[in-house]
Amino acid sequence: MKQLNRSARHAIDFTLNGKPASGHAEPRMLLTDFLRNELGVTGNHVGCEHGVCGACTVTIEGRSQRACLTFAVQVDGRHVETVEGLAGLEGDLIDLQVAFRKHHALQCGYCTPGILMSTVDYLGRHPNPTEEEVRDMLSGHLCRCTGYVGMVRAILEVAQQRNAATAE
Amino acid sequence: MKPRAFDYVRPDTLDEALTALADGGEDAKVLAGGQSLVAILNFRLAEPSVLVDINRIQELNYIKADGDMIEIGAAKTQAELQDWPELGDKAPLLAQAIPYLGHFQTRNRGTVCGSLAHADPSSELPLCLATLGGEVVLRSKLGTRTMKAADFQTGMLSTARRTDEIVVAARYPVKRPGEGFSFTEMAQRRGDFAIVAVAAMVRNGTIRLGVGGVADAPAVREWDGLEGDGIDDALNAFAWDLGGYDDIHATARYRRELVRRLGRRVIEEART
Repeated sequence: MKQLNRSARHAIDFTLNGKPASGHAEPRMLLTDFLRNELGVTGNHVGCEHGVCGACTVTIEGRSQRACLTFAVQVDGRHVETVEGLAGLEGDLIDLQVAFRKHHALQCGYCTPGILMSTVDYLGRHPNPTEEEVRDMLSGHLCRCTGYVGMVRAILEVAQQRNAATAE
Repeated sequence: MKPRAFDYVRPDTLDEALTALADGGEDAKVLAGGQSLVAILNFRLAEPSVLVDINRIQELNYIKADGDMIEIGAAKTQAELQDWPELGDKAPLLAQAIPYLGHFQTRNRGTVCGSLAHADPSSELPLCLATLGGEVVLRSKLGTRTMKAADFQTGMLSTARRTDEIVVAARYPVKRPGEGFSFTEMAQRRGDFAIVAVAAMVRNGTIRLGVGGVADAPAVREWDGLEGDGIDDALNAFAWDLGGYDDIHATARYRRELVRRLGRRVIEEART
């Protein structure tokens, strides 16, 4: 049983984007603040801080979740992925990011990292979604620039491309 | 928007969790998925001194069909229940209701038992539990209690759970032959809290209807042998008994109208 005192900073060792990472946090520190302020992972965006807007979405053990509703101490020993883990070392974008650019699926880009992380998880488990299903998944994110049309197009196109690639 | 400081306890076993909760006293809280609790903490609407994180307790991480009940342990997420292969056959009402519950992203972390323990009056899982006549299993150092949904949820965000107890499991009745179900709700946006949610269960000539979002806890009524206009009259009487309330989202009158319209719709769908 782990017992962590409220006023001390505790070591957290976990896997971030496939590499070992560690830092320190008081129990009350949210995962968003830990990623951004302790580890410099500023692709994780802070929006509403109560789980509504989706800007802070990351994957934990492969499942997309709100980092603002998770405490840093809870990811000890876990696998966390953020938007920084998507592109390769040379900055080459993954298919989803390319499609987002092509279809103008973002303007200011504030909501985009969270949406990408949700979509990576979603397409992994639902490889052949309908437009309605994609819109339902996107209902967990607020975007005030685009009206979502470009995102829907981008996500459906990537699903189609990936399915075509596996069929070959 | 940051929580007040708290001590954090992460037990590996249920025994350790029950001890930590008992030792923590009135100010200790159970942390499961945290999809409601952590938001509440961020707003400082609650300021517990100790959080007992039950997410890694393996003995609470199960779903099993046990005779005539489906039992869901307290560490199981809503998404895991949604993905459970037997859900559509064994609990069609839950299979229909879960897509309305929050979002894809919140279901990935939010737990079934946590939703029941939070007891939001418009929440889907408590409404299904009440409509189906399910149960909640509570554990403390003193022992185990099993409570009917109607006895467990006592009002808005309040339950019969004592502060030293953990909701260790939810028990939903398995579908019996001849039973039909339907669920729907009205919300302003996809994934929002329902203004009104309705769940129907039909068996032979018996109709059971559960309504959430109108009273301060799910309300369930059962009728026998209703047909045609008789259904509308019964729904109208039910709507007036519930009353409803005005708030920023809807008027009481609109809520009553939703009970009549959505009620009729789910009863008809459950019959087919």
